[in-house]
Amino acid sequence: MSSPRDVVITGIGLVSSLGEGPDAHWQKLAQPGLQPVLEAARFAPYTVHPLPEIDWNLQIAKRGDQRQMETWQRLGTYVAGLALDDAGIKGNDELCTTMDMVVAAGGGERDEAVDAAILAASESRNDRDVLLNEKLTTELRPTLFLAQLSNLLAGNISIVHKVTGSSRTFMGEEGAGVAAVETAAARIRSGQSTHILVGGAFQTEHSDMLLGYELAGYLHRGPWKPVWQRQGAEGGGVVTGSGGAFLVLEQREHAISRGRKIYAELGPVVSGRARRSRGELDTEIASLLSQAALPGGKLLALSGASGAHAATTAEKAVLDANPAIATRGFSTLTGHMKEAQFPFAVALAALAVERKAAYPVFDAAAEKPFEGIPASVLATAIGYHQFEGMALVNAA
Amino acid sequence: MANLNDHMGRPIVAVTGIGVVTSLGVGKTDNWAALTSGTSGIHPITRFPIDQLNTRISGMVDFLPSSSKGASPLTYELAELAGLEAVTEAGLDSSDFGGPLFLASPPVELDWAERFSLYNSDKDKDDTAAERLLRVARSLRELDIFETTQFGSIADRLADRLGTRGLPITLSTACASGATAIQLGVEAIRRGECDRALSIGADGSATAEALIRFSLLSALSTHNDIPEKASKPFSRDRDGFVLAEGSGALVLESLEAALARGATILGVLSGCGEKADDFHRTRSKPDASPAIAAVRAALADAGLSEEEIDYVNAHGTSTPENDKMEHLALSTVFGERIGSMPVSSNKSMIGHTLSAAGAVEAAFSLMTMREGVIPPTINYDNPDPAIVLDVVPNKKRNAQVRTVLSNSFGFGGQNTCLVMAREPV
Repeated sequence: MSSPRDVVITGIGLVSSLGEGPDAHWQKLAQPGLQPVLEAARFAPYTVHPLPEIDWNLQIAKRGDQRQMETWQRLGTYVAGLALDDAGIKGNDELCTTMDMVVAAGGGERDEAVDAAILAASESRNDRDVLLNEKLTTELRPTLFLAQLSNLLAGNISIVHKVTGSSRTFMGEEGAGVAAVETAAARIRSGQSTHILVGGAFQTEHSDMLLGYELAGYLHRGPWKPVWQRQGAEGGGVVTGSGGAFLVLEQREHAISRGRKIYAELGPVVSGRARRSRGELDTEIASLLSQAALPGGKLLALSGASGAHAATTAEKAVLDANPAIATRGFSTLTGHMKEAQFPFAVALAALAVERKAAYPVFDAAAEKPFEGIPASVLATAIGYHQFEGMALVNAA
Repeated sequence: MANLNDHMGRPIVAVTGIGVVTSLGVGKTDNWAALTSGTSGIHPITRFPIDQLNTRISGMVDFLPSSSKGASPLTYELAELAGLEAVTEAGLDSSDFGGPLFLASPPVELDWAERFSLYNSDKDKDDTAAERLLRVARSLRELDIFETTQFGSIADRLADRLGTRGLPITLSTACASGATAIQLGVEAIRRGECDRALSIGADGSATAEALIRFSLLSALSTHNDIPEKASKPFSRDRDGFVLAEGSGALVLESLEAALARGATILGVLSGCGEKADDFHRTRSKPDASPAIAAVRAALADAGLSEEEIDYVNAHGTSTPENDKMEHLALSTVFGERIGSMPVSSNKSMIGHTLSAAGAVEAAFSLMTMREGVIPPTINYDNPDPAIVLDVVPNKKRNAQVRTVLSNSFGFGGQNTCLVMAREPV
């Protein structure tokens, strides 16, 4: 039964190596046997899914604004603009100034050249703290700090798109994306908000962004493989991708009153923190699944599995244990987008619901077909290292 | 029977535990004694060399075991200390808190000490710095360095230590972060998701690079000669904020749950307000309209009129721009009354604790009401004639304070205000 305070999705902004926008993603992902876009040379031995060609001017009109950002913030601001456009909110002063925002963010790009110069000089100097002061005071661009600050993605969205109801930034890898969507939905359900922009972006084409995984050996090395088939291969199983996903979540009544198209209803959003060192992950995933998805008929699941060996094995085991679930591991085609992973999963789930069709298998060896119309679709993000979340997306 | 719901029918949110650490010391007792005696915690930087630096003073927390171990370990220790003090005061099990955690903490990065050590541990190959770091990284066998680079790790460790429930939320709204952490806790309790929440703001990120970054934006005071005099909010010769560290923690609890278990009510979190600014990345809209809107939203949320606010715990950073803008916002909201209502800045003594500031200052605001003493704005020797405020200059003041407005404004257009009350209404 629908209720006026349901949370519905009225805008989707997407960018990945596959292209930009919900239509482009649907067109691509609906093609059986789609091959991923890969960049294997630039960061060898790591493969990444690179950004597509983007004309930043389309969403960030002022060059001055573009110059104040590095690629991560530009990407997030761009994707947020796509979602606002899609929801018919961009340029509407009244809706923008009352719109709340929750952004899931990591950090922005450091200046790799400055860092490399400091490291090179450190080989022949023992007074490294003094070296740091010398180099950083003279070589850092003042504005780069702002391009690195986590909350300045939201800040730029306020400046460029005039979303100013409120602005909150959650940090913490996939968990930040989960908590952002969960909190946004809870605020709408309780009447604390009527419309919220929520999402994130990840720019993997920078060595520090790879280092964030590789300090624990999480990255897959060697020839690319689909996300479910990296166990036993060289490295830790994660192949990253640049991209982003933003959603406009809205109170059903609010969306209807302004006559907007509704993609889907956002059902339960659940999150958890398994103490993985104590072996709690399998139980936690099973518990989240039972909270998010009521037992019923067959279920399509858009899995944000990263490929990280332990987490991916655990997630696959729980999903495979239920014969009614047909899983699609979208990281096979987009790579892992960290903070944006969960919003991306929810967006793809909403698209399937709206188009009344399932995605074909992304990996014929590990996934099974889904026939018929998916009335409800599960979205998951089991963190490569910590934190877990799921949501159920239902027909509008 | 006390009224358990507020003017909008929502559960009243009480504070039952408070914790705080600043450069003035660990815990409420030491901090309050120093704060009310007008003592400054600002001192010369000793953590790293000051060669080439224009700013050579700070309010760093230099007396903890993690003080020299890097931003992530120190931020964790600060959060843990404040969290433990708050949970213990609330009379709850400090290893089984039983509610969600909202942590305001600085964005994390791989520390330079680690960067240097990784890079120089394997000089043989002829590769780029980036390639070398990655190559060395993948052969590490321990997770310690990795975890300092994960934005969720500090909260994850705190969740283990304090027994909080569910996925902990780590957030950043720049210099308003601590206030946002409290706001998230208040909202969760009002939604009925939990009976209690733990909100912590912690910041141990005063590294050389952080200092240089703020310095390059001309945000920091360079009054190095007499460190304790450098932070002078609302003074004519103020020239920037003083970078500092600290932590603040509040146990928030529905009044109903707190009374049911016989807890002492330390104060009430009556209202939260926020408004984003779309003007500039570091500067506020010249008409202060977003800050004005945030103050008004907090008052409306609390169901209080302007006349019902007794005291303002100002953001008061001591930057030329913030203090001017904040005065404009306050005088717009409070009208002529602003000249005679007490408005003081804790930052005159503790500096700007960044991600922790909103939580630290909320803790001090609650103590102000409980103790009936308003901490002063010190270093107020040279008033800015354009800012006519009763800043409680230089000496504490005894006063009955029933309600406080605490302001937090940050880079990225962040404006968050909290209204607190001594008693449930």
